Amino acid sequence: MPKRTPLYQQHLALGARCIDFGGWEMPVQYTGIVAEHQAVRTAAGVFDISHMGEIWVGGAHASGFLNQTLTNDIGLLAVGESQYTLMCNEAGGVIDDLYVYRIANEAFLLMVNATRISADLHWLEYQASNHGEDRSVKVENQSEQTGAIAVQGSATPLFIGELFHGDGLISVKRPGDLVKNQVDAWNFGTGEVYVARTGYTGEEGFEIIAPNEQIVALWDAVLEIGRPHGIVPAGLGARDTLRLEMGYPLYGHELSEEISPIEAGLGYFVKVDKGKFVGRSALMKQKDERPKKKLVAFKMRDKSPPPRQGYEVYNNLEARKDLKSIASAGLKPQDTDPVIGTVTSGTQSPSLSCGIGMAQVHIDRAREGTAIDISIRGKRYPATVCKKPLYKKQ
Amino acid sequence: MSNIPDSLRYAKSHEWVRIEGDTATIGITDHAQAELTDVVFVELPETGRVLAVGDNCAVVESVKTASDLYAPVAGTVLEINAALADTPELANDSPFDEGWFFKLQIDGEPDTAHLLDAAGYAAEIGEA
Repeated sequence: MPKRTPLYQQHLALGARCIDFGGWEMPVQYTGIVAEHQAVRTAAGVFDISHMGEIWVGGAHASGFLNQTLTNDIGLLAVGESQYTLMCNEAGGVIDDLYVYRIANEAFLLMVNATRISADLHWLEYQASNHGEDRSVKVENQSEQTGAIAVQGSATPLFIGELFHGDGLISVKRPGDLVKNQVDAWNFGTGEVYVARTGYTGEEGFEIIAPNEQIVALWDAVLEIGRPHGIVPAGLGARDTLRLEMGYPLYGHELSEEISPIEAGLGYFVKVDKGKFVGRSALMKQKDERPKKKLVAFKMRDKSPPPRQGYEVYNNLEARKDLKSIASAGLKPQDTDPVIGTVTSGTQSPSLSCGIGMAQVHIDRAREGTAIDISIRGKRYPATVCKKPLYKKQ
Repeated sequence: MSNIPDSLRYAKSHEWVRIEGDTATIGITDHAQAELTDVVFVELPETGRVLAVGDNCAVVESVKTASDLYAPVAGTVLEINAALADTPELANDSPFDEGWFFKLQIDGEPDTAHLLDAAGYAAEIGEA
């Protein structure tokens, strides 16, 4: 039996087509992926992200504990701020990528991937039990009782404030005053909800985290007040094309326990100078030694089928004419034309109208502008390694 | 409800076929295009290729997935719909007309016993 979010009936009523996503029955689209994508890029869209996990970490030494468990620097966060960060194992492999919100001085909300909740909990509890003599750190999984929606698009600051009355309970007055990565709480219905200026689309936008009982009312209210601004419900399909245009990683595609943040091009979020943390020595070594492979974004050069996860990457045949001469010397193609990488995610970009993707490639082929080939059903299509984001607002 | 023209024959794998003389025109059904969603690329067989019934002969790519197309009848590829290269969305907008995929030259009486009529296809997709 798949798990369903509190918004399942709303999705059905809106005509959603649902798919299995890590054991959750989630809307992949309502009217169409491309239309929903364009709505978010030009106006607004609302996503159900209630499947994501919410883990609270508190106690007198919560910040110290998290700083030793996560790669980014918790010390940079004031109360009411958040950051993107990674949780790594000792070898530097990624257990999860997540957002950590500092709600109070020693109370943190971790927003984690739906598919990683149990792995994260297991790791956090294991680390907490190892955290010196200190047993004061409390890890509490609130995922089952908590839902969330992402309200994304340039029009969203125009109407988000209509959802809530009164001042924020932490520091800002109105939700529209929140700056990037800032979070505050408002009363809604009978309880408190968190509103953060965060998202996974590259657009202006907000994520609202609330108890399950509040989620349906929030969703309905967002669709109602956003209607004059062109808001549409948007599914996981558009969520994926939007994040890929930005070059944002997705756990299970770009990240895994076998891939480090350094290899994934996320070194910025690994603060090796902050002191001891899990995975630090492995990650420092990688930073110094230059990893053998690197995650890159790429664009297909010509008309082609959309690239997809698992497709092989080769040197570009035209750019490497020497390959042909080596081939004519009677050497085996695999000796001279090795696989140099693998596509981790790919799609047809609705904004750019071409195939785009991310790939893990040999470090020597990772430079921007490098011509590569993507092998699709045995045929090679040229692509170019590009700077992230692949899509930039005009 | 999907559009299912009475004049066509259908394969369970969601291709339609229109037989006129010794030519068979093939495409994907309205139901198939709706299930696939936005078609962004169509890979068609080369003209001259000889196809047996059930041969994997084309690929339809939507934003989300790649789906194979199977030859509903046997024959030799006579012509492909070149318009699909630049406007693959024709498969969504006009699946039975401008969005046709390819034409086969059929040799003699085509074997269509395994194909469904409109009512049979409607039942197959649960729309009877």
